[in-house]
Amino acid sequence: MCGIVGLFLKNPDLRPSLGRHIKVMLIGMTDRGPDSAGIAVYHQPVERNSCKLTAFHADPHHHWREIGGQLAEALAAEVDVEVKGNHAVIKVAAPDSGARAWLKKNHPDVRIMGYGELMEVYKDMGLPADVVARYGVDAMEGSHAIGHTRMATESAVTTEHSHPFTAAPDMCLVHNGSLSNHNNLRKWLRHHGHDFETDNDSEVAARYFAHRMGEGATLAEALEAGLSDLDGFYTFTMGTRDGFAVLRDGIACKPAVLAETDDWVAMASEFRSLANLPGVDQAAIWEPKPAVVYTWSLQ
Amino acid sequence: MITVDLADTSVRALNDRLHKLQPETNERAWHVINPKGAHALACGLTIPIEVIIEGHAGYYCAGMNKEATVIVNGHAGQGVAENIMSGEVRVKGNASQAAGASGHGGLLVIEGDASARCGISMKGVDIVVGGSVGHMSAFMAQAGSLVVCGDAGASLGDSLYEARLYVQGSVESLGADCVEKKMTPHHIAKLERLLARAGIKTDARRFRRYGSARRLYNFHVDHADAY
Repeated sequence: MCGIVGLFLKNPDLRPSLGRHIKVMLIGMTDRGPDSAGIAVYHQPVERNSCKLTAFHADPHHHWREIGGQLAEALAAEVDVEVKGNHAVIKVAAPDSGARAWLKKNHPDVRIMGYGELMEVYKDMGLPADVVARYGVDAMEGSHAIGHTRMATESAVTTEHSHPFTAAPDMCLVHNGSLSNHNNLRKWLRHHGHDFETDNDSEVAARYFAHRMGEGATLAEALEAGLSDLDGFYTFTMGTRDGFAVLRDGIACKPAVLAETDDWVAMASEFRSLANLPGVDQAAIWEPKPAVVYTWSLQ
Repeated sequence: MITVDLADTSVRALNDRLHKLQPETNERAWHVINPKGAHALACGLTIPIEVIIEGHAGYYCAGMNKEATVIVNGHAGQGVAENIMSGEVRVKGNASQAAGASGHGGLLVIEGDASARCGISMKGVDIVVGGSVGHMSAFMAQAGSLVVCGDAGASLGDSLYEARLYVQGSVESLGADCVEKKMTPHHIAKLERLLARAGIKTDARRFRRYGSARRLYNFHVDHADAY
């Protein structure tokens, strides 16, 4: 079982309170996922032609600054490192592909959780309340955030197996459910040049959608294509630079609730996580229909 | 009226108080505020009291209800009134999946829409939905009535036994062994009584009736395609 949450702010005035709200939403899903938690937050864009990577190493005292220095030297670009728990946000004044390739080659034990211009990804083991405290989610401002609480049923409780999964710049996916054709899809995606970091079925879904969008599909078109190509149970919530999406499979046995006001759109596995959002009493609240793609984008 | 505020009382404490009431109690009217989607609200009640939940309820609200009246002034999560034995459960908003699942008796009214699997395996409960129901509603329903004032999703009444299904709007598709049946004056009268009990005003003559073709009761090789 898992819990998923997402909050997409339509009203920019609410951006300073994004972290405060997503924190409450994530903690609200503790019963559904007490083993680990993760969050992707969209905020603080880097300058043009720069990127930021969220990197993870199991050692909380990893030599991030030294790595930052080496990276700056290798790419001849300015690098800024901010350490949070066992994560580091590495801002590089160069495109992400070079920075990622350098890290992979020279520090294969460092895992890149997310990359892009806006998105940061934090995921860790422990109760959602502990994870949000460890990474200071409370104080994070931003336009949208997506979170996941995990109760592991079939694979190990590790940071690597935690959601969100990312497969393209500023793109992330959280998943409640299980895919039955992930082995074939993984093979197909590998054939199309995609590398995998875990054996997790949700990573396959993330890379599948990234592949479709890489081919030129919009967020909605990619999800629509997923309805015929992905076999299994799923409620997905996805974030992109300026988009937010929810999709449930045609059987719809994994729960989802949507709520929307003029100011925000929120998604959660259960209403409990929406109950404390500002203005929820006046919100339109509904259960997303099976096999229907829901998307929103920033104006 | 006794008010219980779930902002400062646990669901367990609320249910405990309700369970400890004796049949002769005078504490018959309860008001629950700040439910905020909590699960298992007012479950397992056994005496004729009235509990009003002011807001949205989580999963399994009013499950196993016997004799009590539970009113949700909001939406209800999965499995509202599951295994209801008697009494009445009323949801003023929408209900999520598996509303009234396995219900043995009593009345469940959902004034808005119910999503998938409404009345799954119902065994005698009467369910009246003011709006529409999702796919696989009344799956393996054994007895009782499901009344849908709006539309029904795909595979209505799949593998149905003896429950009666009435739908006013469209039916996306019928499940295996579910067929349309004639609406006789006897059925119209029954449906009118049900709608009146539910407090929903609409003309019973506009409904179509569906029931079991009774071909799947015993395995028959000629029907293998229908399983």
